[in-house]
Amino acid sequence: MKNVKVYSTPTCPYCQHAKQFLKDNNIEFENIDVAADPAKGQEMVKETGQMGVPVIEIDGEFIIGFDQEKTKTALGL
Amino acid sequence: MYDLIVIGAGPAGITASVYAARKRMNFLVISKDIGGQTAWSGDIENYTGYQFISGPELTAKFQEHMRQYSVALKENEDVLGISKKANIIMIKTSKGSYETKTAIVASGKRSRELNVPGEKEFKNKGVTYCATCDGPLFAGKDVAIIGGGNSALDAALQLIKIANHIYLIDIAPQLIGDAIIQDKIKKSNKVTILSNTKVLKVIGDKFVSGIKVETDDKEKTLPVQGIFVEIGLIPNSEFAKELDRNKQEEIKVDEHNKTNIPGIFAAGDVTDVPEKQIIIAAGEGSKATLGVFHYLSRQK
Repeated sequence: MKNVKVYSTPTCPYCQHAKQFLKDNNIEFENIDVAADPAKGQEMVKETGQMGVPVIEIDGEFIIGFDQEKTKTALGL
Repeated sequence: MYDLIVIGAGPAGITASVYAARKRMNFLVISKDIGGQTAWSGDIENYTGYQFISGPELTAKFQEHMRQYSVALKENEDVLGISKKANIIMIKTSKGSYETKTAIVASGKRSRELNVPGEKEFKNKGVTYCATCDGPLFAGKDVAIIGGGNSALDAALQLIKIANHIYLIDIAPQLIGDAIIQDKIKKSNKVTILSNTKVLKVIGDKFVSGIKVETDDKEKTLPVQGIFVEIGLIPNSEFAKELDRNKQEEIKVDEHNKTNIPGIFAAGDVTDVPEKQIIIAAGEGSKATLGVFHYLSRQK
């Protein structure tokens, strides 16, 4: 099983879309709320070189924004 | 050929779709996203039936309502052109082209950009157009908000709770947002208001490190790590070149949501309808589909 993390804020609509998409496809993921955990937010910024959410991390690969096609490919759906 | 293609899935497009589904039309919805500006809204307290609901929640409700019917929806698809030849309306998109008897343009509005050097380069690297979404990433930082209307003031209210210091940069001599919000902002010692001030440039290396502004012919650079652009909206009407538009590029419609081309209707924030509200956009969407219904029944 792939290790999936979603960096998000509670208020961003694309974060909701991304999480719903994963749920609809029965993909387990860890939600990292960068509003509640700013240190994790800074880690995400460092890793991706940008400050937008959501970021989906799949086995160490980062997908910036909710890109359904890229996410599907990375998950092998 | 479809009876109807709805362009957009914000309050206007979704309501148009619900009405089309209930009239059992053969129709398709094409949209870049779902919810449009509503999805990005914070708290909504003026949509009848909900005393309080957040933008994402109301969007979910809209979606749930639409999906109750089997609606054909093409998401993540950009419309590039709409035209009519010999009674057939052609819609060209980033992924293909479609033919239909009628269309409803409900493509809404999007954030206006500053158009200054550095803005595009540092988008998502400190420059953002959604305080609600990205605000938390600027915890403890110094930020600039550009604008003087309600959306700029709302962004300031949100960021007062998060950021270290806020420069509110407004090109006009005075803020135009609601007095009640202005008072709250002026009470905070975290906010510096710079009126009559123009943005010249976004500065940075990997991320934003400052903003160059001009006040009374004097230039200065403010050290900020975040820039929130809140200078209003522009209609998503570039693809609708053959439709009559007003000076603000809004599509002109009559009281039945008809455009200048028979069979092409428009609804919501992309049109010149007075007042832009979620509830108005939704109402306009229903009016447009009913207009389409009457139009189609006259064609037969």
